[in-house]
Amino acid sequence: MPVGRTVAALTPATMLVMPRLDAARQQALSVSLATGAYGLSFGALSVAAGLDVWQTMALSLLLFSGGSQFAFIGVIAAGGSGAAAVATSTFLGVRNGFYGIALAPFMRPMRAFTRAAAAQLTIDESTAVALAQPPHDVPARRAAFWWTGIGVFVAWNAITLLGAVLGSAIGDPSDWGLDAAAAAAFLGLVWPRLASRRAQGVAAASAVLALVLTPLLPAGLPILAAALVAIAAGWNAPAREVPE
Amino acid sequence: MNPYAWTWVAIAAAAALAFLTKYAGHVVPEAWLEHPRVHRVAGFVTVGLLAALFATQAFTSGSALVIDARVVAVAVAALLLWKRAPFIVVVAAAACVAAGLRLLGWG
Repeated sequence: MPVGRTVAALTPATMLVMPRLDAARQQALSVSLATGAYGLSFGALSVAAGLDVWQTMALSLLLFSGGSQFAFIGVIAAGGSGAAAVATSTFLGVRNGFYGIALAPFMRPMRAFTRAAAAQLTIDESTAVALAQPPHDVPARRAAFWWTGIGVFVAWNAITLLGAVLGSAIGDPSDWGLDAAAAAAFLGLVWPRLASRRAQGVAAASAVLALVLTPLLPAGLPILAAALVAIAAGWNAPAREVPE
Repeated sequence: MNPYAWTWVAIAAAAALAFLTKYAGHVVPEAWLEHPRVHRVAGFVTVGLLAALFATQAFTSGSALVIDARVVAVAVAALLLWKRAPFIVVVAAAACVAAGLRLLGWG
């Protein structure tokens, strides 16, 4: 939703009360629905990987980080151990720790309960929509974070449940192209981060290394090995080449 | 313990570690955040992991490298991303292409 159209639809009185909040909420809503829809794929693939509906919902409610959840069930589906699934999921979730750091300038200070809730809702989407608001508009940035975080949480969990329940009824998710959907989703997540040559090189090297190692190592480890490429590349990279 | 119970243990561990990772970002002393190497490595780890996940999700099945309907699906997805299509359109189109090809008996 273009920001300009949203603002134009508001009356002057409303604009005085909440100058930027509605644009933030519009973005939060569309991101929540778009991301939530992808929960259908997660729910179905999780059940296909051998988890039951309760385990699938536990991942969406408690782990609540799309990439980590797909990685977890991906390792299990490939016959990997629980330890490999936990390790892959955790490594992929490391970026969420850095998101909390990026959010710090306008989210802090918070009370203990608020901080715990904010931590659970700290994911790609809530961080991205919050940081997309004007730099000095603290209320808009906070509103964007909470609306997107809560919106994605509700949509993601509701649609995960639908996918998990339907998943057991619709048979093989690959008949519905859900394996390709997951690949496309990872491509869509990495795409905006490929602006610099070095980022493109890291992406290509990581992808090739993971593929080369797939027949040789237990499931999950090829992806972790690929992360080492990233650490090597990032250690001394010039700041202007670092992806957001 | 049976495999089902072990899966629960893994879920609990992954969820706890995910929360602690997220929480850590909200409580690190601000002085630590300034180190440029922390930012650099973090940015590349995200790119590297997502690219590796994409590759294995698109081109492997178990421990084998495979070429099937997913290849065409992700090519369409890449074209749509290049044309700046919304995320949900990209994901849905990839699913439709793969499902359509499999319906026709390929991949």
